[in-house]
Parts: sequence; C-alpha cells; structure tokens
Amino acid sequence: MKFTRRKAIIGGIVGGGLLGVGFWFARERDRLGSRKLLNIKPGEVGVNGWVKITRDNAVIVAVPRAEMGQGVQTALAMLVAEELNARWDQVRVEDPPEDAVYRNVDILIDGLPFSPEEAGTMVDMAHWMAGKLGGVLGVLATGGSTSVRDAWLPMRTAGAVARDLLLRAASRKAATPVTDLVAVDGEIRRRDGTRVATFGDLVDSVEDLAIRPPPALKQPSEFKLIGRPLPRVDVPAKVTGTAVFGVDVRLPGMLYAAVRNAPTFGGSAIAFKLRQAALPKGIEKVVIVPGGIAAVGASWWRAEKFLDEGIDIQWQAGPEPALDSPTLWKRYEQLLETGAPALTRTLGSAKAPTGGQVLEATYRAPYLAHAPMEPMNCTALARKTAAGAPGIDIWMPNQSPTLMRLAAAKTADVAQAEVVVHTTFLGGGFGRRAEVDLVRQAVTCALAVPDRPVQVLWSREEDIRHDMYRPMALARWRANIDIAGPVPQLAGVAKRQVAQSPTDQFPARTVGLPAQGQPEGNAVENPPYAFPSYRLEAIVADGSVPVGFWRSVGHSHTAFFDESFVDEIAVALKKDPLAFRRELLAGKPRHLKVLETAAREAGWGMPLPAGSGRGIALRASFGSIVAQVAEVAVADGKTLQVKRVICAVDCGPVVNPAIVKAQMESGIVYGLSAALYGEITLAGGAVEQGNFPDYDAVRLADAPEMAVHLVDSGATFIGGVGEPGTPPIAPAVANAVFAATGKRLRTLPLRLA
Amino acid sequence: MISFTLNGQLRQVDAEPDKPLLWTLREDLNVVGPKFGCGVAVCGACTVHVDGTPVRSCSMATGDVAGKSVVTIEGLSQGQLHAVQRAWIENQVPQCGYCQPGFIMAAAALLKANPKPTDRDIDDALSNICRCGTYGAIRRAVHRAAAILGGAS
Repeated sequence: MKFTRRKAIIGGIVGGGLLGVGFWFARERDRLGSRKLLNIKPGEVGVNGWVKITRDNAVIVAVPRAEMGQGVQTALAMLVAEELNARWDQVRVEDPPEDAVYRNVDILIDGLPFSPEEAGTMVDMAHWMAGKLGGVLGVLATGGSTSVRDAWLPMRTAGAVARDLLLRAASRKAATPVTDLVAVDGEIRRRDGTRVATFGDLVDSVEDLAIRPPPALKQPSEFKLIGRPLPRVDVPAKVTGTAVFGVDVRLPGMLYAAVRNAPTFGGSAIAFKLRQAALPKGIEKVVIVPGGIAAVGASWWRAEKFLDEGIDIQWQAGPEPALDSPTLWKRYEQLLETGAPALTRTLGSAKAPTGGQVLEATYRAPYLAHAPMEPMNCTALARKTAAGAPGIDIWMPNQSPTLMRLAAAKTADVAQAEVVVHTTFLGGGFGRRAEVDLVRQAVTCALAVPDRPVQVLWSREEDIRHDMYRPMALARWRANIDIAGPVPQLAGVAKRQVAQSPTDQFPARTVGLPAQGQPEGNAVENPPYAFPSYRLEAIVADGSVPVGFWRSVGHSHTAFFDESFVDEIAVALKKDPLAFRRELLAGKPRHLKVLETAAREAGWGMPLPAGSGRGIALRASFGSIVAQVAEVAVADGKTLQVKRVICAVDCGPVVNPAIVKAQMESGIVYGLSAALYGEITLAGGAVEQGNFPDYDAVRLADAPEMAVHLVDSGATFIGGVGEPGTPPIAPAVANAVFAATGKRLRTLPLRLA
Repeated sequence: MISFTLNGQLRQVDAEPDKPLLWTLREDLNVVGPKFGCGVAVCGACTVHVDGTPVRSCSMATGDVAGKSVVTIEGLSQGQLHAVQRAWIENQVPQCGYCQPGFIMAAAALLKANPKPTDRDIDDALSNICRCGTYGAIRRAVHRAAAILGGAS
C-alpha cells in the first residue's frame, strides 16, 4: 500500500509538470556548481558554486538556506571554512542565486510517512525516489531540521576543492611544488611555516585552473572549527538594528498594502463599496487578492485605517461558515470511535492482548498559530525584463524560494525564469514561511500597480486568524496490564489518533496536487520503547481549517500523548517514570544515555519542596534524541510555574555547540508557550483569537531556568536541532504537574483550574 | 509639520499627528530598526526612548513627541557600541533577531534607571516577547551589561 502511495505522489508531482526541471546529481561533487554561479563583484573570484575569495582576503560562502534564527548561516559557513582552512574571522556569507545545486534533498526524504527506524526495500525505494525527486525538482527549502545534514558533504567538499585550487595557484605563483605547501588560517604556507600568500593574494591566479576531483575530506579528529562554539555571523547586524528583514525592504517608489482576509476559511472578497465618493488621500488602489482584499497606498498605517473605516467588503463565505470548536471536537470524537484508519501499524507480538487490567486515557491538543515576531509580509514588483517580457521581483522572508517563485510565476502568468526571489532575514519562520499565500497576494497587488514595488504586510490579527495551523488532535491510548502473576506486567499498548494532515494539505494548496489521505509522518512516528506489543491506528480528518508545518510538526502533539501515557502506565505499575522508561529502552543505548543524562543533571529523585514536582519526557525527532526534565511548582492548587528545565540532546556530530544549545532552549520556550497558553479556537467559522493578549507567549518572567547537555554517543548520523527541542516539553511539564499534585492533565494547553 | 530630535538630529516630518511614532519612523524617516510586532503595545518590538524613557512606539502618537528627543536602536551607540550591545554580542543573544532592538532599548533604559538590577527587576522591566526563546541569554546579557557599565572590562 505504502509503495503505491509513493508512486502516486511522484506521479502526481511529475505528471502535474508544475515545477521547473533540473537534473539529478549522482555524487556530491556534482553539487559543486559552477564558479560562475555566484554574483562576482570586482575584486572577487568564484572558486566554485559555494565559495568566493576577495582581494581583501575575505572568504564568502554561499548559504542557500533561510536564516530564521536557527544559526544556519553560521553552521553552513563553518563546513566550508573547515575544509578550506580559513580563519573564522575572514568568513562572510551571501545568499546565492537560485540553482538546483543548492536544493535540499533531505527535507523531501524526511517528509515521507515512515517511522525512521523502519527499514527494508520499500523504505529504501521511497528514500531513493525522494532523492531522485529532489534532484529533478531542485527544491530550495529550509525546514524539517535538515540543513546541516543536507549540506554536510556538499559544502565540505566545496571547501576542500577550493583549498586544492588555492594550493595549486600558490604553487604556480611561488614556483614551489604543491606537495610542499599547506593551507593554514587563511594563508598558503610552506611546510616550514613561512607564508607564500594569503588567500586574497591568489584572487588573480585561480581563475584559469581546472577544477579537479575533490581531495579526501578531513577526519573528525582533524577538525579545527567544527565542534567549536564560534560566534554567529548574523549577530552584529542584529544588535545594531541594521539586519534587513522582509518588513525593512525599502525600494524607490515603493507602496504599502494592508490586507483583510476573508473571515471564514476558504472564503474570498467578491465586491467592495467605498463609504465616500472617492478613495481618501494616500490610498491609491483597492485590489481583490486571493483570499481577501488589499488597500494599496503611501502608508501601511493609513491603509489599515482605511480598511477599518472607509470600505464595506462583501465576502464569499468558505465551505464551513458556521464551524465552531465544540462541534469539531464532537466530530473528532466520532472519528475516534468509528473512523476508518488511513494507517495501521503493529509492532511486537502480532496478537493484540486482551483482558487483564485495561488502562485508557484520552488526550487533546488544540490548533496552534505560529506567530513569528515578524508579521507576514512580501514585497513584489511587476516589471518588464530587458527583452520586454513581463517579470516579477520578490523580496521576502521565506523558507522556500522555489515555491515562492513558482507561486509568483503562476499568479502573474509569467515564466518562472522571469521571477527573481530575494530572501531577506526571517523574523521567525517555524514552518509558517514555507506557505505561498503572501506571495500570491503581493504579486496580485504588484500587477495592479506595474513598475512600482508593493510591500504587503499583515497586521498581527490577520496573522493569528489566517495561519496554517498546527492541527488539533485527539488520541486515545490503551494499555493492557497482565495481573495474573504476583507482579503486574505490561502486556501491550494501542493508540487511535485523529488529526488533519499537513502533508496532505500543503502540496494541495501550494502546487495543486491531489490529497493522498495519509497522516503526516511525524505525527505517526513510533515511540522508542520496547512494548510487548504496539498497535497504531491513525485516522485522517478532513475539514476546511488550513493546517501546516508548525515547529516539530506532528511530534508537537504526539509526544504529549505518548510521553504522558508512558507516565500513566508507570504509575499504574507502581514504577518510577524514569525506571520504567529505562526498562523499555534496554536495547536502545543512545536513547538511554540521553534519558539518564537529563535525569542525572536534574537531580532526579532528590527531594523537592511541597507543591513541587519533576516530570521527564523523551522524544526522538528529525534524527536527534532529546530528553527533558521539567521542575514545576504549583501554588494554591492552581498557579503553575515551570522553574527549571534540564535538557539532554544527542544530535550526532555537532557543528556548533553554542547554536545547538540555543536551539534547544528556543525549542523549549516555543513549546512551553504552547503548553501553557497556546490555543486557537473557532466560532462562526472564524478564529476567535487575534493578538498576543489572547494568544500569549512565555515572557522573561515565566521563562524557566534552562540547562542543555550535549550527549556524544559517537553516532555519525547528523540529526537536526531546530525542532527536536520542542516536543518533550509539554509532556515533561504535564508529568511534573502530576508529580506535584496527583492531577493528570490530558488536554493542552495545561490548565489546573 | 512635527519637529523632534531623532538620534541627536533635529528632524521635521510631514506626518499626521495621530500617526503612531513607529510608522512615522519606518515610513517617513526610513528608520526601520524599531519593529512592528503587535500594534497594541504588548510585544515591545517597537521600543524606543522618548526623553530617556522606554516607550512602545506603535502606540504613541507622533504629535505627542513634538519637541522631544527620540532615540532608536540606530542611535544607541555613540561612536562605539553601547554596553548592552556589547553584552548582547558576547552572550550571542539574538536568534532570528527581530525582537532584539526592542529588548536592547528596554535593557538600556532599565540599566540607566537601575544600574544593578536583580533577575526580578529584569523580568518586570523587560516584558517584551521573543518567540525564539532567547530569554536565558537575555538575562545573562543584562547582568553582563550592568557589569560593563559598572567598570568591568
């Protein structure tokens, strides 16, 4: 069945013919790219598609991933600098033009709905096809915690090839055999240590040298930069206020546009009427855009006011204009009882256990908005190319220039080659900025005012009410406990889970592919525990509420369901939650080490004041294993404070430990905001929340003290770090609340009263 | 015409008096360091100093700053980086960075009023929102900035 589904996806994408065709790269060196690929300015020379050297001795690394805070510019530049033997303080980064060599293959592979430990021909085939697809389509994207894994070999190879070229250039210049030369700290030296040339001295000497097959890459023991907490390349601009985000783009003659989106999902604006005879001063145009209406003018603030006060809009309602949350929960409860699973998976004993003591628990997670600090925006310009053909420029904080270009080209009905996407810094992404809704609206506005750039910006209210939400989800866990013997034993577990599928919706709304009716892969990953038997039934709900990729995607709710219930089983068996997990992880040394590190560093078992408790949770996601221990204090039985969070992570080889730690803290705080406050509810087909006062986030005053411990298990697989810190925090806190109060909270957000 | 001092220079701007200072800065004066985050004076991304006091510029009318002195992140450093900015770099605070100008302005104002703040003082004064969760680093950096201002190297 699964195999057929893979074929259907690939057939759908290729058959749709929507994306530009690139080519397949068989080997890493095929991703080197041409030295002509980069924008070469005077005083610079391109060494390959990833590296430029400047006459003033800077090394400029092409980083084709979106910097949204995760430190990707720094981490990827370190890969090149390492093999090149550059000095860190001579390294700068640049966004390269879009090209297939910069595609992200791992993001596609991670999108497949397998649990990562599954192996076999079918899974291998699916991975191979996704890789093939990545090569064919050249998807340039940032997400899925995949950037370092994808870049690990190609970018190091690019650095090694550049080093080889510089060594040969120096050899020729100094008439010294290349075998007598070494690259050290941004210079070429003789083996006796005397300098032959800085990298910058060789700018005029490398251009005519042929690229040779790459030399061997370094062994990890030879790394000088990788593994060190080097300073981030983006920090100085971000503390002086000079970093350019999407909203900071300023272009000659630029106009601003404010938007009102249709109140109900899937709705649209069909007509409007001005309240006065003419447009007020400063408003140039009213444009009906996909999903809403825009006012275009000289001031965004003025355009906002005009949409509030100067215009009556006639809306076409979406398909479910009366939808509300209680009705939706009832629908999900019905599906939980009687819905046909889209995916059923059994592990361990084939025969599901019956009888004994039955432990059952039902868990709920709400819709969540992403709410990145930078509200949604996109700047577009409709212009003529030099040859007179219509073209589009896009300036945008986005997670996938490939998709943005495609959406812009479709909206404007121009060739993809005539669309240029300029990616700015992202003021947060979290999955929201892989969506194409803003680019469609901005291009529609731009077409209405040709040759003038238009910056479309949503208010925070539009952002919260018109997101692609983390799906709401419902799960029922069941455990059968054998009580025939002297000591109760766990006989088996089973779970039914209901949620919409972002991996179904996303391709449908971005490129028009038919939905496959399958659950999102992360939502159905198996817990790592050696249960005697395990059965999963995943039911896919349909519905008009748009759902998308929210930091850690399905792990964000499934980890809460799974890790809460493991705690409940431990309690039922009268076992310590840590000891019970250790038993079930006996065959998983990496998981065990992470779990034990977190427990030890948190002082698991040490006494706490009355009203306080510790909870533990473990989740493997995106190739990394993370365990967290939360320590909470509950006052008056109702006020919950998370005092401390201890986190242990095994993400395989670490490029920059400071960034890994920062990402864990980041994931914890993002997940904690959701666990304590995050809830999007519906009434009358629309979202009830609108801004931070009713969709709150953790602030300094409620941010816990955090400590992150990196666990080195010697694993060579490169795990992600942008997302894996998020899933364990909600269950760790819920389990701590139980330890503190004896009250089991099975609904997110966690509310005591 | 509304006149006020912006980062040490007298500026005149032809803006409606009720236009929020944030949008006058961003749209009319091309000063884009202060950021739009919520528009309702909650998240603090738009924080600037008006006569030395931290304010949420999204909710202050431009007319109300006439004759006053406005300092934004662009004007915080005088020749060399402000101690808060130095501490922010040392502690590698920013992630996405979008909220940081607001935090830095709020921290600079706090340290001027209270050179040795406790954690509690910091929590109370910096009610800004950071969705990347840089709070731990922010606390460390504020204490470090206090030490720098107190003469530590």
